[in-house]
Amino acid sequence: MKEIILCKLGEIVLKGLNRSAFEKLLIKNIKKSLSSVGTCDISCKQSTITIIPQDDFFDIDIAVSKLQKVFGIVAISKAALCEKDFSEIVKIAKEYLYLPLSMAKTFKVNAKRSDKEFPMNSPQICAELGGELLETFSNLSVDVKNPQVTVTVEIRDRFAFVSCEKFQGAGGMPIGSNGKCALLLSGGIDSPVAGYMIAKRGVSLCCIHFYSYPYTSERAKEKVLDLAKIMTDYCGEMKVFIVPFTKIQEEIKKNCKEEMFTLVMRRYMMKIAEKIALSQNASGLVTGESIGQVASQTLSALAVTDDAVSIPVFRPVIGMDKEEIVQISKKINTFETSILPYEDCCTVFTPKHPKTKPVLKYVVYEENKLDKENLINEAVENVEVIIL
Amino acid sequence: MNMAYLDNSATTKVCDEAISAAVEMMNINFGNPSSLHCLGVNAEKQLSLSKSIIGETLSCERSNIIFTSGGTESNNIAIFGAVKKKRREGNKIITTSIEHPSVLNCFKELEKDFQVVYIKPDKDGKIPVSEFQKEIDENTILVSCMLVNNETGEILPCKFIKDIIKAKSSPALFHIDAVQGYLKIPFNPTSYGADLVTISAHKIHGMKGCGALYIKDKNIISTTVFGGEQEQNIRSGTQNMPGIAAFSAAAKKGYESIRENFEYIKELRAYLINRLSEISDIKINSPSDGANHILNISVMNLQSEVMLHHLESMNVFVSAGSACSSKNKGKSHVLTSMGLDNERINSALRISLCADNDKEDIDMLIDGLKSCRKNLVGRKG
Repeated sequence: MKEIILCKLGEIVLKGLNRSAFEKLLIKNIKKSLSSVGTCDISCKQSTITIIPQDDFFDIDIAVSKLQKVFGIVAISKAALCEKDFSEIVKIAKEYLYLPLSMAKTFKVNAKRSDKEFPMNSPQICAELGGELLETFSNLSVDVKNPQVTVTVEIRDRFAFVSCEKFQGAGGMPIGSNGKCALLLSGGIDSPVAGYMIAKRGVSLCCIHFYSYPYTSERAKEKVLDLAKIMTDYCGEMKVFIVPFTKIQEEIKKNCKEEMFTLVMRRYMMKIAEKIALSQNASGLVTGESIGQVASQTLSALAVTDDAVSIPVFRPVIGMDKEEIVQISKKINTFETSILPYEDCCTVFTPKHPKTKPVLKYVVYEENKLDKENLINEAVENVEVIIL
Repeated sequence: MNMAYLDNSATTKVCDEAISAAVEMMNINFGNPSSLHCLGVNAEKQLSLSKSIIGETLSCERSNIIFTSGGTESNNIAIFGAVKKKRREGNKIITTSIEHPSVLNCFKELEKDFQVVYIKPDKDGKIPVSEFQKEIDENTILVSCMLVNNETGEILPCKFIKDIIKAKSSPALFHIDAVQGYLKIPFNPTSYGADLVTISAHKIHGMKGCGALYIKDKNIISTTVFGGEQEQNIRSGTQNMPGIAAFSAAAKKGYESIRENFEYIKELRAYLINRLSEISDIKINSPSDGANHILNISVMNLQSEVMLHHLESMNVFVSAGSACSSKNKGKSHVLTSMGLDNERINSALRISLCADNDKEDIDMLIDGLKSCRKNLVGRKG
């Protein structure tokens, strides 16, 4: 008996003539995500991707958990592969589903026949297989409305599949199908979530982190790299740009009005991020800002930061409450790392009374007190690039 | 002179990669991972890296890995931590009668407060999954089952236990002592549905005094070791950095070659079994579908310990039963539990292989066993 995996595709099946390009991209992403699990054969037909392990050490459950993080898949099931012969299907169903069936009280059989050549139709398969299982497992009775175990039989082009466990996929579009953005990654809870949400729509990411050693410790940098690493499960390979930011922050502290510190700093960050983004062919910036969460995230403050750059700035968590963001960060496994208590660059030199209703021209005036061009160029030139 | 070390389930020779990793942690990167300065940060980086590597070999995150002083401590922390956390949810704990003493004696200690069930091998000498189905219930708070038996190499039915726990709506935590199976057979905690998994460094060419506990989530057990709150407050105490660095170096090497080693040891085992037929009256006590690296045999009518010393004089090293129980005078609890007769138990030898062994080692063993047959006086004269 051979156990395999079936993946159901999401909205890419609606993509008309481009569909095969999306499928190819998704298969490529699946291959990458399963490369550490072992060797397998991957094929796509009738909006289902079939994964057949080719190696003793290929672990189906680990593969499923990896696939649950691949955008473009809506549902995943583990199944036993069998020849398209009814008695074979019965035999494999009894063997493969022995444990769940022997411990359940109620079940039903679900049949899908995409190969219309198969001599029995779906209702016949359900009735016959259901009868066989009832005979073998005296503990079972049929419940079509709310069964404990649903046995699914699929008759496809080359083989039949028997399964009972179904897992939710990540949904969305395959990474790489919708261009690239640069994510400003601070180390907090919000920015990884923002990155995840943009990535879900098929956008590949690179990350930018501002590093203020010795005001923030090396552990803070490690933490950000850890977060980025966790995100690669969903987002695929990423480059992380560590921008040395200490000098700019010290200059702001020396020259600008205290109430404007954060805003001026945010504008410098955006400008540097834009430069890096353009050098990477990324067409937008992504931040984890949410309206009103802190002083620099009031509507007028956001308008002041937006003005600093000319490429679009996407803020996918703009309308979410903290608790909603936390829920997602727990789901994507970044929460525990995000809450590690290392100071990040945004909280160094925080003013006591920041401006919540800033006026753009006054902020720009403060910003221009510094040797802008040189500071930005120096920071960009000294960026450390880490590939994850 | 040539040596045939065939006692790799007792311990293994430390590999070169592990030795250099340990040396570096002693003379260069010697900081305390809890220190704030860069020496501390560097040690902490190695600690994180080691966790990531061990995590990779178990297909889990590095936050799931707690370093300990070895298999025994991991088992103690898992078992006592689990019952301390869960004691209000039920009163029944389940294990098997063929566990390592570091599990069995924990359960024995808990007998005064809990209903303890020891699942015994069936008439084929194997632990039956049906007994778990019978025993696990809503009152069960802990199930502990080893992955591979250290004396016979039997692969226990750990794979099925999570589904039983789920189907029975049991609050039980599931612990696997994977010391003998880790990096030997396909295994990972996630697909086995384990909450806690014990592994040890010195069985995979790392150093003694170092092991790890996989923990699904640090909040599922209570703390039983108190101190400076290292290792997520599950196992306090400054980390054994040389041991840990060596452990991950050895694990990395073992994981990278897990497939070829598996095939190689399978071949060696087949060769060994084939050559054993040259010796009269040998019985194989290991199941045919067990792990490849352990073979338990009985050379009927000869005493285990006498053979062991005779073989050792010929530079061949095996064990009588398991190393841990050899000091306890008396019979192997595993073989006894399997229902083998005294004759067979008293003449049992355990041969355990690793990828460093070759056919010459086996040839030396066969010559040794032939010499035992020829020169030693049996019980029946």
